[in-house]
Amino acid sequence: MPVNRRDFLKGAAGSGAALATAAAASSPAQARPNKQMPPNAVGLLYDSTLCIGCKACVAGCKEANGLPPDFNTADQLWDTPIDIGPKTYNVIKLYADGTADHKDEEQNGFAFVKKSCMHCVDPSCVSVCPVSAMTKDAQTGIVGYDPDICIGCRYCVLSCPFGVPQAEYDTPTPKIKKCEMCRHRQAEGKIPACAEVCPTGATVFGPITAIDAEIARRRALQPGQITTFERRTLGSGDVHEKAAPKYLEHVYGEKEVGGTQFRFMSSVDYEKLGMPNLRDRSYPADSEGIQHTLYSGMIAPAVVFAGLVWAAKRASHVEDEHPEE
Amino acid sequence: MGNFHNEHEPLGGKLVTKTTVVCAILAAIAAFLLAKRMVLGLGSVTNLNNGYPWGIWIAYDVVIGTAFACGGYAMALVTYILNKGEYHPLVRPALLASCFGYTLGGASILFDLGRWWNAWHILVPKYMQTNSVMFEVALCVMSYILVLWIEFSPAVVSKFAVLRPHKKKLERILFVFVALGCLLPTMHQSSLGTLLVVLGYQIHPLWQTPLLPLLFLCSAICMGFSIVVFEAVLGSAGFKRSIKHEMPQLGKIARIVQGFMVVYLVLRFGDLIVRGELGSIFTSGLRSLMFIIEIALFATPVVLFSRERARTGKRGLFIGAVAMLLGGALYRLDAFLVAYDTGPGWHYFPSVSELMVTFGIIAAEILLYIVFVRTLPVFYTHKLTPAELAAAHEK
Amino acid sequence: MYDDSANINGTEIETRFGVSRRDFMTFCAAMAATMGLPKGADAQIAEAITKKDRPSVIWLHHQECTGCSESLLRSEHPTLEKLILEIISLDYHETLFAAAGHQAEAARKAAMERNKGKYLLVVEGAIPMKDGGIYCKIGGQTSLELTKEVAKDAAAVIAIGSCASWGGMPSTPPNPTGATGVGEALGRKDVVTIPGCPPNPYNFLSTVVHFLTFGKLPALDKENRPIFAYGRLIHDNCERRAHFDAGRFALEFGDAGHRKGYCLYKLGCKGPETYANCPAIGFNDGGQASWPVATGHPCIGCTEKGIGFAKPIHALADLKTNPPISYPRIVEEKGEGASLGAAALVAGVAGLAAGAGFKLAGNLGKADAKDEGEE
Repeated sequence: MPVNRRDFLKGAAGSGAALATAAAASSPAQARPNKQMPPNAVGLLYDSTLCIGCKACVAGCKEANGLPPDFNTADQLWDTPIDIGPKTYNVIKLYADGTADHKDEEQNGFAFVKKSCMHCVDPSCVSVCPVSAMTKDAQTGIVGYDPDICIGCRYCVLSCPFGVPQAEYDTPTPKIKKCEMCRHRQAEGKIPACAEVCPTGATVFGPITAIDAEIARRRALQPGQITTFERRTLGSGDVHEKAAPKYLEHVYGEKEVGGTQFRFMSSVDYEKLGMPNLRDRSYPADSEGIQHTLYSGMIAPAVVFAGLVWAAKRASHVEDEHPEE
Repeated sequence: MGNFHNEHEPLGGKLVTKTTVVCAILAAIAAFLLAKRMVLGLGSVTNLNNGYPWGIWIAYDVVIGTAFACGGYAMALVTYILNKGEYHPLVRPALLASCFGYTLGGASILFDLGRWWNAWHILVPKYMQTNSVMFEVALCVMSYILVLWIEFSPAVVSKFAVLRPHKKKLERILFVFVALGCLLPTMHQSSLGTLLVVLGYQIHPLWQTPLLPLLFLCSAICMGFSIVVFEAVLGSAGFKRSIKHEMPQLGKIARIVQGFMVVYLVLRFGDLIVRGELGSIFTSGLRSLMFIIEIALFATPVVLFSRERARTGKRGLFIGAVAMLLGGALYRLDAFLVAYDTGPGWHYFPSVSELMVTFGIIAAEILLYIVFVRTLPVFYTHKLTPAELAAAHEK
Repeated sequence: MYDDSANINGTEIETRFGVSRRDFMTFCAAMAATMGLPKGADAQIAEAITKKDRPSVIWLHHQECTGCSESLLRSEHPTLEKLILEIISLDYHETLFAAAGHQAEAARKAAMERNKGKYLLVVEGAIPMKDGGIYCKIGGQTSLELTKEVAKDAAAVIAIGSCASWGGMPSTPPNPTGATGVGEALGRKDVVTIPGCPPNPYNFLSTVVHFLTFGKLPALDKENRPIFAYGRLIHDNCERRAHFDAGRFALEFGDAGHRKGYCLYKLGCKGPETYANCPAIGFNDGGQASWPVATGHPCIGCTEKGIGFAKPIHALADLKTNPPISYPRIVEEKGEGASLGAAALVAGVAGLAAGAGFKLAGNLGKADAKDEGEE
């Protein structure tokens, strides 16, 4: 029984042809465009230069969401979160370099950064959830979670470029935990707790249009110029005076992975603050592009199935001529 | 004319052996640990954390495990779609391994799901989120498990006299399920690769590419062929069963494996060149080492099977098949765990319990395979000569 | 001047100072502790006080409220007043002097002549500089002229209180009189400043005792303030710091948070940008309960130029502090790496599989050879 190059070549050619078709189909040119900002999008602006690291927002968030203390020390007495987790939706972290003497400086300085859900315009978590447990509100853009639908596959935990969704591992009935911009408070006409309690207005709430305008205003300030900063929500009138810092031109969240509704302003480079350096096109744009190209309308699978049925029927005809006992 | 369907026969022999007892014990340990997981939560048995929410249970049990279970898919493609009847004797054992591989892989998913009692939501139209790759994978895998058992059912039906009257009806519609049994794995084995596309920068450039579905599909089909070779040779040694009459087909499969591996390597390196990532092969530390090992394993059958002796002897077939399987497994392990950069500060390595569950599930597969081939007509006993067999197929 | 160096023992202390030896040693230990001096310093202090000559001190007052003098006298320690008056020879002090008018001035001039080059000048109050300094005159001289005259032959100049240190309350913008600190008014860079409104008396007293004991002033910061008292931010010593770090703030006077003693940052506490030791030692010998924050009022930053009497009391403070070491960092270690058991298990299984594989390959090779032999 000679096994020859013919079979090899057949195998190679056949597989090559079949796979080349699929290759052409999955090229990145098929990526869908980024999703757009919803019409009544709301968001939060965090200004690292205004933040004094008091953690009122950490405590306020815990209270507003009924979260338990997050113990990380031997004595297990105090709520001491070291990062966001199943019991902590929002945390303030410290960047420190060298002697850490000067606030908002990169060398021998320190700065604060707030970490919680970015409420992306084109969220990975919403795109990957198989059962629509993660959803983005069509009006406000808030990314919310429904544990009653969730199957606990943790694909959202895996795919978030910012590492936001947190699964629970210490219970047989785990949920995903993340900041939902206090949508339960917003439903009552209140604002997110972190913005409500912030003493310096480092975290401030408002419609995205107002946030865009405020970012533009701060960008235009001269370093050292005395100006007012609003607390709680843009348009509240609750202001305090302070000299403007030297901001980085880059405002984080304007373009990253299609934009986010939680934006940062800072004097210290964002990568030093732990924010990843991301491209403008969202990741769901790529993966949904592939899926749609291959399976849109289930046309390609139907065609392939038809071919396979024909081939399988032909093969079984041969067997029918030789009925078994 | 010879009728060859009834050449399938149960192997017979002792069910309780050293092997099956060890497998049973390992499986029992896994069952206990899984019960603990159900009562106390994933953290009580695994080292999963929010930096590594998917660990060895997903990477091995689901992704690698189902790739190992592509024997049925590969054999269906070549026997029924390409209509090469000569491979017929290899179909049922491959299907059996696939049945168990996929069923236990599916069970592994259920154990890994945090809120498994909601798993049926995948089937509810108002919850379906069709943009999600995982949605497609879940539906395809669920359906494929059903299809596999239907494809395998003739073996069960043959055994039990009470079911025999229904055999004809079954065989008349079987071709639809055979077609499904080729469509569904094509869809989900490629999509297991697409799962990683949305992770973007979190997957190292040596693995992250839009070609992921293609690379996963190519390697999965090849793993399907390789597992057939592996199980045939291993079975001949373990069950002390001659495979003399299957050697020619195994030799041809070796050629197919070679072909697929050449295509895979061309695609993989071509993709790296086009994306300008060739340099990363040498500058990525541990990941470089893993990549090089993967390629070496994938290249082994290409080189080895060029020699006729390797294709016609059991040793060569075994080594080539094992190398390809290890390469495919390592590729998936790397893509899901080693190439995954979740951010600084996170650590993950499976816990002892977590590993024992994986080992126990593998042991359960081996145990069930042994029990089924001994009690059901799975293996072919070659009452026809190959020439008679080929002649029968020509008609 | 007195010179008691010959006779020092317990009974001498009691006779001279009117306190028991034990109380005297307690006082010296307290002095040493306040200054953060090492073990044994209390003995040195005791020796210095009992042995050394009492230096002459000329105390001038300008634009001030006399609160600093009052602070010194207001301590509850029963014999502090006496000790001060026994440690130093207070040769001129307008508030405490019985004399007045020409006699007082004459006494001052005589003391200056007698102790030329060796007396200490202590200044309380700011010096007005505008319009030739006419906004404060004593005995016909402007404050500036008087201070220049006395400072010329002084061994050291100490500015007590914020007014003398940098202008204090009289210098509140728009500062119509041009109120200025002593150092700046005299154009001297060596004037020791003990700011505060009023400063804790022990800050002043310890500085003087240090000078007496060791012959030099204690370590000073770049504003010439003794580091033992002004080296740390109030924020870093505050008993309410835990509330700040946990985000618990009083929002209004009298609200629930205020009554629970929460942090007063949002009410304008300047602790995060003010250097002083108020939380450590308190005032009026009342211990930790007697400083503004402890009573529920935010710190107004009275020691700091540009903050005290310049920044509005309820304006938010800038943060000058270095954050605590245990603050969550950008990267924290999380998750379980390989345990010994898991690594061993994987290695063991891999080894077994590899071993079995090699063995099988070997057996298969032999079987192949046998098959080939048969063919």
